[in-house]
Amino acid sequence: MNLQTDDFVLFGLTPQFTQESVAIDAQWKRLQAQAHPDKFAAQGAAAQRVAMQWSVRINEAYRRLKDPLTRAAYLCELHGQPINAHSNTAMPGSFLVQQIEWREALDESHTLAELEALMASVQATKKVLLHACAQALDVQHDFAAAVLPVRCLMFIDKFAHDLNQRLDALE
Amino acid sequence: MALLQISEPGQSPNPHARRLAVGIDLGTTHSLVAAVRNGVAECLPDAQGRVILPSVVRYLDAQRRQIGYDALAQQTSDPGNTIASVKRLMGRGLADIAHAERLPYSLVATPGMVKVRTIAGEKSPVEVSAEILATLRFRAEDSFNDDVYGAVITVPAYFDDAQRQATKDAAQLAGLNVLRLINEPTAAAIAYGLDNASEGVYAVYDLGGGTFDISILRLSVGVFEVLATGGDSALGGDDYDRALADWIVAQTPLQVSSQEDQAQLLAAARACKEALSDSEIAPVELDLSVGRIDLSVNRSEFEAATAILTARTVQAVRRVLRDSGMGKDDIQGVVMVGGSTRMPHIRTVVGEFFGQTPLTNLNPDEVVALGAAIQANQLAGNASANDLLLLDVIPLSLGLETMGGLVERIVPRNQTIPTAMAQDFTTYQDGQTALALHVVQGERDLVADCRSLARFELRGIPPMVAGAARIRVTFTVDADGLLSVAAREQVSGVEAKIEVKPSYGLSDAQIADMLQSSFSTAEADMRARSVVEARVDAQRMLLATQSALDADGDLLQGAERQAIDAAMDALRAVAPSDDAAAIEAHNKTLAQATEAFAAQRMNRGIAQALSGKNIAAL
Repeated sequence: MNLQTDDFVLFGLTPQFTQESVAIDAQWKRLQAQAHPDKFAAQGAAAQRVAMQWSVRINEAYRRLKDPLTRAAYLCELHGQPINAHSNTAMPGSFLVQQIEWREALDESHTLAELEALMASVQATKKVLLHACAQALDVQHDFAAAVLPVRCLMFIDKFAHDLNQRLDALE
Repeated sequence: MALLQISEPGQSPNPHARRLAVGIDLGTTHSLVAAVRNGVAECLPDAQGRVILPSVVRYLDAQRRQIGYDALAQQTSDPGNTIASVKRLMGRGLADIAHAERLPYSLVATPGMVKVRTIAGEKSPVEVSAEILATLRFRAEDSFNDDVYGAVITVPAYFDDAQRQATKDAAQLAGLNVLRLINEPTAAAIAYGLDNASEGVYAVYDLGGGTFDISILRLSVGVFEVLATGGDSALGGDDYDRALADWIVAQTPLQVSSQEDQAQLLAAARACKEALSDSEIAPVELDLSVGRIDLSVNRSEFEAATAILTARTVQAVRRVLRDSGMGKDDIQGVVMVGGSTRMPHIRTVVGEFFGQTPLTNLNPDEVVALGAAIQANQLAGNASANDLLLLDVIPLSLGLETMGGLVERIVPRNQTIPTAMAQDFTTYQDGQTALALHVVQGERDLVADCRSLARFELRGIPPMVAGAARIRVTFTVDADGLLSVAAREQVSGVEAKIEVKPSYGLSDAQIADMLQSSFSTAEADMRARSVVEARVDAQRMLLATQSALDADGDLLQGAERQAIDAAMDALRAVAPSDDAAAIEAHNKTLAQATEAFAAQRMNRGIAQALSGKNIAAL
């Protein structure tokens, strides 16, 4: 066990897409209870620094495991299928068309009800893609096949973020 | 009967040495110090039995000053030298301060942080705050007849990096060893949570004298997890006073301009506001240089005059609730903190928003200091029973300026700390050999709308075509919420690092200067004290190292063990001397010699913790 140990081993979890959110939370708190700098506050600067490194590492793993999108991307990467979001930008036409429609809808939506309806549609698409990830990663163990839904999910997350900012601005 | 406390092996190397650790609430209008005595946190009173210290410092001349009630009493007679609400100036430039022209004292625009012009010269907000902190430190030392080992200082959750750094600098200047900066709502939750043995999701609504915080926390056995935090670091009771003062003047034909009149008017508005918490109507009678004011204010007039301020807090509550991913129905309790939550309409508005009566069973003035004291006691290694773990978040996003004045977010807000996040950047021009990095904090997309924290340069990048260099910039936020930034060009390995301090905080040299010309302790005292402290540190380090060797000595190779043994012998030899610098130097050498060992021990500890879990799960 060291700082380079992979997230699943660190958290004592089976390396698969399907995870219990409460189990991840519980393990995170257990690990932080061992490693947090507060536990070493009276033990000098060296202990503080090491605790800080571990605590940071545990938070990093927690963030990645907790969000299904980053968890899926991480699994692809562990199995030699990196997502390469920056260099690989080819997307299916139908998905791009939907993105454009959403962007237009976002520009034309002004009321809370309109924005919330758009959000519901985004969430529904997200659910379908997450299911596709689960199938590819946990059932077929075809990690290359999970790359496309993961990249689509990244687009969706970005859009959901912009949508949330509009919701913020409304208040 | 109080039970004697016995620490766990390895927890406290010397169970007989109970360390005095205090919690300090450094507030806008008043400050408190608390400590755990016989297992119970209590606020420490001054000689007159008052626990509150008004956060007011008055400079009488170059040497003398009054702090607290004495200074407060002179606020209207000597407004220019009487500094109140200095917390609003911490880590701020002149341009950042709203209503600077209406402050009863004069500000000086200085690079980085603003200063206050007084009869004793220009004073940094850090120095003024240090006076308050030192007063509280002496109060604690008198109460316990012991030196303060360390302190937990509370800051508003919504304080940015510059404000946190300024607070830490002030503590250092006051001779305090800062165990941790913790967020005020989190401190309040500790006091409440432990008192009520609560579990579930709680909202803490903290409206103080000058700052507003709202935090959503999940409490489970021994863990306080902050889900989201938000607020406004320039909104508090002071603003309610000012709004009421404006309303009062608007009812008269008078024009108020002098500092004395302003100070008197504000004091009267504040008294009126406080009276309205207990009665429906309150009088305002004032003799100003420009004329007399004699009227009465009722609650609904006051509420209407300040409705905009209250609405701003509710807006922040709504956003934080969304950030936390919780709904109103998920909130099990709403804790009210800060003196300003005594205003009845605040309680009503918050109660209506959450659909439940807010909790007010702890004194809203004291609860933050009490929570900080509990945490301080634990961090000092005094409490090994009912251990609690705080998992707090960073309140504001951190990012870098990119082309076109846009912000590239690197650490998003509400990220659990400590955290480190990295992003890769590249060069813009062919043959570019340097990169200017501008670190900003805030939620807006334009650099101009965010707070500038620091600028630094990465130099010596080998010339490459535009876009070929891979520069990884890593933001690290420690458990105090303080940022450091490192940049490294991946191909050549060129590195640059910065503690995000110089642009808004004080440099170490400035602090050293201030300590030199210090107020709190005479120089001889300081020297004697530093020898004692160095010896205590040395003793502590020797004991800790010995117990580490006893437990995990098998991790060490022969040469590593010899190096540690030699460093221990050298420190033991120098410890009885009166040479503080030599003791510190050898202490440092020992710390360095044990660094790798400490890392290996931690690795083993984590591995054991994890395998323990797996066995338990089977």
